[in-house]
This record gives sequence, C-alpha cells and structure tokens, in this order.
Amino acid sequence: MSELVALFHGFAIALQPHNLALMVIGIVLGVVIGVLPGLGGANGVAILLPLTFTLEPVSAIILLSCIYWGALFGGAITSILFNIPGEPWSVATTFDGYPLAQKGRAAEALTAAFTSSFIGAFVAILVITFVSPLVAGFALRFGPAEFFAVMFLAFASFVGLSSGSPFKTLASMMLGFLLAGVGLDTVTGQLRGTFGSTELMRGFNFLVVVIGLFGISEILQSIEEGLSFRGREGRIDLRAVLKTWAEMLRHKAIVLRSAAIGCWMGITPAGATPASFMSYGVAKRLSPHGREFGRGRIEGVIAPETAAHAAGTSALLPMLALGIPGSPTAAVLLGGLIMWGLQPGPMLFVEQKDFVWGLIASMYLGNVVGFLIVLVAVPWFAAILRIPFPIIAAVILVVCAIGAYTVNNAAFDIVLMLIFGVLGYVMKKLDYPLAPLVLALVLGDRTEQSFRQALLMSEGSFAIFFANPLVASIMLLGFVMLFWPLLSRLWQRTPAPTAA
Amino acid sequence: MLKARRSVLRLGAVVLATCCAAAAAAAWEPSKPVQLYVPAGTGGGADQMARMIQGIVAKHELMKQPIVVQNKAGGAGAEAFLEVKEKKGDAHLLLITLSSLFTTPLATGIPFRWTDLTPVKMLALDEFVLWVNSEAPYKSVADLVAAGKTQKLRMGGTGSRQEDHIITVAITKATGVQFNYVPYKGGGEVAVQLVGGHVDTTVNNPIEAVSHWKAGKLRPLCVFDSKPMPYPEKITETMSWADIPTCKSQGLDVEYLMLRGIFMPPGVTEEQVRFYRTLLDKVRATPEWRELMAQGAFNQTALEGAEFRAWLEREEERHRRLMAEAGFLAK
Amino acid sequence: MPQFAGGGSGIGQKAVEIVLAAALAGVGLLAVVEGRRLGNGWGFDGPEAGYFPFWVGLLLMFASLVNLAKALRAREEARLFVTWGRLFSVLQVLIPAIVYGAAIFLVGIYVASAALVLWFMRGIGGFSLRQAVPVAAALAVVAFLVFEVWFLVPLPKGPVEQALGF
Repeated sequence: MSELVALFHGFAIALQPHNLALMVIGIVLGVVIGVLPGLGGANGVAILLPLTFTLEPVSAIILLSCIYWGALFGGAITSILFNIPGEPWSVATTFDGYPLAQKGRAAEALTAAFTSSFIGAFVAILVITFVSPLVAGFALRFGPAEFFAVMFLAFASFVGLSSGSPFKTLASMMLGFLLAGVGLDTVTGQLRGTFGSTELMRGFNFLVVVIGLFGISEILQSIEEGLSFRGREGRIDLRAVLKTWAEMLRHKAIVLRSAAIGCWMGITPAGATPASFMSYGVAKRLSPHGREFGRGRIEGVIAPETAAHAAGTSALLPMLALGIPGSPTAAVLLGGLIMWGLQPGPMLFVEQKDFVWGLIASMYLGNVVGFLIVLVAVPWFAAILRIPFPIIAAVILVVCAIGAYTVNNAAFDIVLMLIFGVLGYVMKKLDYPLAPLVLALVLGDRTEQSFRQALLMSEGSFAIFFANPLVASIMLLGFVMLFWPLLSRLWQRTPAPTAA
Repeated sequence: MLKARRSVLRLGAVVLATCCAAAAAAAWEPSKPVQLYVPAGTGGGADQMARMIQGIVAKHELMKQPIVVQNKAGGAGAEAFLEVKEKKGDAHLLLITLSSLFTTPLATGIPFRWTDLTPVKMLALDEFVLWVNSEAPYKSVADLVAAGKTQKLRMGGTGSRQEDHIITVAITKATGVQFNYVPYKGGGEVAVQLVGGHVDTTVNNPIEAVSHWKAGKLRPLCVFDSKPMPYPEKITETMSWADIPTCKSQGLDVEYLMLRGIFMPPGVTEEQVRFYRTLLDKVRATPEWRELMAQGAFNQTALEGAEFRAWLEREEERHRRLMAEAGFLAK
Repeated sequence: MPQFAGGGSGIGQKAVEIVLAAALAGVGLLAVVEGRRLGNGWGFDGPEAGYFPFWVGLLLMFASLVNLAKALRAREEARLFVTWGRLFSVLQVLIPAIVYGAAIFLVGIYVASAALVLWFMRGIGGFSLRQAVPVAAALAVVAFLVFEVWFLVPLPKGPVEQALGF
C-alpha cells in the first residue's frame, strides 16, 4: 500500500506541466536520436547529460529517461524499414521485421514492435513498482559463474536455429567471437589481436560491424536488384493497427513469456541484448511454425521487442537500488545521478523518495506518451520509403557513416563499416548466416570474461558452474535448450512410437 | 567582456579574484568548442568528472565556447594518449587522466610517456579504501591479514595490471598475503560483488562504495593515504570518512592515490595553459564541484607547474617499480 | 533495364566461395598465431589470454577448410555469383562509397556527404543539378546544425569548416 501512496505522489510530480512538457520533448528527441544509429541510447544520453545540469534532478531524469524510451522506439523503425539496428538489442528484431517490411507488411511489423515494446516496458515497470525490494537483492547473487551461465543459456537457446550449412554457421560464429576478442583483455590487461595497430586497439564495435553487415550490404543488394527498396508500403492506418493487435492477442503467451524473460534478464542484470536473442530463440523453438522464422513471422518481432524493452526497463532497478548498470545507457544515467548529487544505491529509495517515485511515475507516463507519439508519427517515417532510391541510399550512407564515427569518435570506423558492408554482401549471397556472427560479437567478450573470472575465483575448478542451486539450474536449462531438437524428438517418440 | 563581468557578479567574491586575474591576462581564449578527451568509457569516474566540468562551465558561463566531452576508450586509454600526443600545438584539446596515464604505457608498451603531453593542472586525487563485507568476521586490517595467511582470499578489482591490481600487489609485498585477484570491468560492479559475497575484499574508491557502506553492507578497514580523509560529516550512524584510519597506522604500509588531472597536447603556449589553469580554478570554486569532492571524499590536492611535474615524475617511477616487481611490464 | 545488360556472363559462385573460405581460413590462422604469442595454455587458474583466440581460430580454420573443399568440389558452371551487368550497378554505388570514406579524411564529413548526395542524384538518379544541389547543400547544413551546434558532437571537419572558424 505504501507503494501506491508513494506512486501517486510520484504521479503528482511527473504531471507538473513543465515535467510533462519535458517528457514530450524527450520522447521526440529520443525518436530522432534512435533513428540515427550511433547517436542512440548511451551516446545520446551522455551527450545531453551536461545540458540537464541546470534542471531539477527529477526533471532531468524525466527528460533523459524519456529520451531513452524514444530512442528505444526509434531503433525499431530503422531495424524494420532498412535492416539497420541502432542498438544491439534491435538486431533480433531485424530477423523477421525486415522480411515483413519487404513483403509490404511494414505497417504491421512497426505496430507489433511498438506495441510489444510498450507491453514489455509496462510489465517491467509493474515489477519495479511492486516487487522492487524483493528482486533488487536478487542481482547480488550473480557472480561471474552465474553470468557465464546466463550467457551460455542465451547462446544455447539460439544456436542450431539457422537452417543453412552447419560449417558456414560455424565459420560465421567463430568470426564473430574473434572480432569480439580484439582489443584489451580485461582479465590479463594484455592487448589482443591488434598486431601493433592503434586503430585496432579499440576493438570492433558492434554498431560499426552491424551497420556495415546489415545496412550497407542491404544498399548494395538493393541496387543490384534494381535500384529500389522493396516493400514501399509503409503506411500505417487504423485497420492495420487493429489487425495487428488482433493477431497479437493470439500470441499473448509469447508476449507474456518474453516479458518474463526480459524482466528476469534485466534484473540479474544480464541486459537487454541477451534477453532479445534468448526470447527470439525460445519463441522459435516452441512455435509450431518455427521453420518459418526469419522469413517474416510477426512472432519474430513480438518476442525480441517485448523482451528487450522489459529488460531495458527493469535494468533501471539494479541501477537505482544497487548502483550497478544493466545497460550502457543505465551506466550513463548512473553518472548523471552522481552529477546531480544523488547517490545511487540501497539508500536512494529511502533518502530520495520523491526522486525515485517521480522517476517511476514518469516511466508509466513516458511509456504511454511515447507509444502514442510513435504510432502517430509512423506515417511520416514510412513516407521515407517513398523518397527516390538514389537520394535515400545516399542519405542512409551518410547517416551510417556518422553513426559509425560517433561510436568511438574514430574516422577509421567508417572504413571498417565499408569493409563489413562488402563482407556482408558477399556472405549473404553465399548463404553464410549473419545472425550467429552478430550474436557472438555482441556477447562473446562478456561470455569469455565471466568464464575466465569464474575459473580465477575457483582456481581452475569447473565445479563453480554447479556450485549452488541458482547457477546449476541455469546451466541445466542451458543444456536443455542446447539439446532441445534432440529432446523434443525423443519426447515425441516415447509416448507414441507409432506416430513417428 | 560584458558577459564575463556578469558572471563575475553572479559567482561572488571567491571567484572574483581569480576571474579578474584572468581578465588582466585575457590575451588568448578559445575560438571554437574545446574538446575534452576521456581515456575511458562512458559512466566511469573520469567520465563523470569530465561531464561535470562540462556542465559547470556551461551553467556558470565560465567560457564563451562550450566544452565537448569525447570518450576514447580504446586500449585502456592508449588511443587517447597517442592521439593527443600527435595533435601538437592544438590548444582546443584537453585530456582528463587517471592512473592509466602511467599503467597503460607500462603494461602495453605503446610509445607514450606523460612527458609527451603538457601538464595543466591536478584537479584532485582519488582515494582508495580497503573494504570488506560487513558480515565478514574481519574487523581490522590485522584480522584480514591473519585470515589471508591461512586461506587464499579473493580480491575484486577494476581491470588487470591497473591501479586496483597494483595496490593488491603492494599489499602482498607489505604483508606477504597472497590474494586471488579477480578483475571486473567497472568499480560499481566490484562493490556489488563484494556485497554479494563473491569476493572477500576490495580497494574501491569511496564514491563507488559509499552507498553500500551507508546501507550497512560494507565495512571500511583503512584508507591508502598518508592522513585520514578530511570529511567529518557522519556517513553511517557512527562513522564519517574522517574516522577511517590510514592503512599505515594499521600496520599496512601502502599508500596509493589516483590522479585526476588535466593535460594538453605538446607544443602549446604558456599563455594557453594559463587560460585553462584559470578556468579550472574557477570550476574548482563552484559549489557543485565542492559537493562532488565531498561526496566522493576526494583528496583535494591540486598541484600545477613544477610541483605537478615533480609529482608526475615520482609517481611514474613508483608505478614502474611496482609493476616491474609484479611482472606487469610489457615484454 | 539497361543496367542489367550483359546478362549471361559474370563472376562464378565457385570462385567467390573459394576466395571467402580461403580468406576466413587466413583470419583463423592469424588468430592461432596471435593466440600462441599470447599464451594459449591453461594456467592453474583458468585459460590464458590466448586460449580463446587460439581455439576459436582453429575452429574457424577447420570450418573454412571444409567450406573450401566443398567449394572446390562443386561443378564449375553451377551458378553465377553476380552478372557483369549487375556488378556494374553495385560498383556504381560501392566505388563512390569508398571514395566518400577516403574523402572524409581529406575534406571532412560535411563536404564529402554533400558531394556523395550530388553524385548519387546526378550520376545514378538522373536528377538535374538544379534539383540535386539544393538537396546536397541542405543535407550538409542540417547535419552540421544537428551535430556540431545542437548536440555538440564534433564530426571530422576539413579546410572548409576551418575557414569558417570551426
């Protein structure tokens, strides 16, 4: 009950006219930032952080978190329309979102993405509101072994999903792991795979690689196939929206499961990226239409988007309650809190009630406002597809170059982006799956690190991965997911041998 | 000038003195936005301080041109150092530093030394405190050392062959206790791992651990400085930063402070350096800055000129010695 | 459509398969060498820095060699990777993109971007200069305002911006 009282007090703060205005500004700005890859999320918030210095802390965090919501919504737009994911957790959205857009169903894909994000975030906010004291402590139980187990689970639910040649899949994934390992090794402090080059010291940033592999290669493929983007039908009208909502109702199990995966991954705090991949993988495994995933199933948009936003939102809980950021953006917000003179951590909920509940209330409102704004604004975004190809291709190239540059403030990354563009074009044409490469690139580094940290702690003993019920059950779940195709065949056979 | 005078009025007497000194010497000032490089990722201590400076300069209108923060995290800062070294004479470029100024070149062997830069000013020094979980039986440094003699304790820290790791090695050298050092990516994560009981002890900076201390989850054992921290306000019911004894007084003869300083590329004029020195003095005089210093229990030593150079010389030598003993130098 | 002229002949799928597989095997070899340099052993407290690069590199080499063998065994004229005509249209975009990447280092991103838009509209789209120039200029100016002025994100700049005092 005390939560409800505090929450209503929070609403009173968030509903003050100037805060409401900041909310709308933040969402609009966020959508713009989200559409420009490289500026999205962490970078966008970091850039604007000092500008909020003159505001009240509550107003400042409302503005920044609304930019964050806006950027989350905006990221889905480019993923679906142009196959360019602006954030790591939008990658899984492209798998089915872009094929849908190509089939002329961009409107449905966008509606599904926005609605799923909205629901995912909403569930996460409910979790934050009502069970925060309970779950905040949960993150404390996560040491390196538990992190490795979660990463293992993410990989296990995803591998074996692509239908192409197993050797091409293997090569693609190993390339991703290698790219992830370039740069400074956290565990030993040594430079790896840089071959004395300063440019390679910063490693291969996910965004640079993905903008190239997905975005640039798409432009090359489009021009090869006749100078246009396929699927110009990006119009959203009420009928498409209602139709999508009706379809989503049929997939409510996927929505709820994905939201649960997302909340769990956000609180642990493994983050939104493994959550989106894991959720996509699980949805594909459990769906009777699993084989059609990747060719434009609406569930393939719903699952990752719901999980990513549930995770992205619930990641704010460990940040506020423990001072550990669950995402890069949360890390920047954390810096903001300290700048405004607030100390994140267990005492924040006690000492800064106004701030915390104002923020939570603004999450409710910001999410609703953001959802409405993007739904209304989508016809304009869809109109982008009607701009003649030569102009839009040039503009996409420019935006991609700016995005690649701003990630590390390095012009060399623009060169890398082009190289990966050509590589992506060639790989796609030769049926090398790109998803395993990206998955390994995004999660590889953290997986290796937590594996080695865990072994450092146990002084080389593998028993640490089964040392307590928590880590053991996650590992077990990972093995189940890994051998799922085998298990499901066995399971089908045993009760009814005649059916096989 | 008019603008400058207006901000003088707003800032009051303390700043007045420094500001007019600047006005007298105001021959050079930036003609375009000033970039402030952070040799680390977003969200860390150096990044926070850099963005704080950017915010303070903008809020109090201390400079006509804005400061723009850029993160250059590649190779534990190597990328940033090499780039600043090459931008000879660029007076619109600043670099905020941390201990990686010494550790990165020594550990990776990149062709860089701090003497390749122009030191502007030391802003503050970051303290290190020895922490244990409040539920652990160790009430003092002696308890911890005694326990370390019988079992191998886990020490959590940020990065490898960097400041936390070096302090760990120094503790081993001083006491003979071997630690099982587990490197993590960020200081906040390290503090949480200690609260969660995944490691036995850490040497977190005050700002990284203060919240958990306040909540009764952590216990400070000693501070790696020559004298206790000068902040007498109570943080917990019974203790303030000033109540934490120095490690030396507890029989652990290790001192370590982390540099938070501002540098410029080589080949800039004395006049340009003076401009930024004055600017940083103004920043240091603002209430926001003092608030940050108190929150993070910083050591507010702020050297410049020859003294700063001498300090840098000494610290580099010390890092070289410690890292050589630990076998951390690049081969 | 004229850009598809040249129809039947082109680069064979087989040749590209071989080149990519060989290149990836090469990357794998590099990783193995780097892993050996860093130390690919298993220390008393877990793997060394080179352990993962070494084994991952080895796996990449293995997979790529299998792909290479498969490609070599495939029938020569099985499939075309791309026809000359289509390759020409791809190069029409790729070469300007590469020139664009190089130009950013020389003249900064704003001028290079304007030139890129101009080339795409005039050279590929067949727009008149009267249509192309305003679009190109507008893009550069809007990008400049958004990044340099509003968001304070410095992007690469060249002599033109310097002359204007940035």
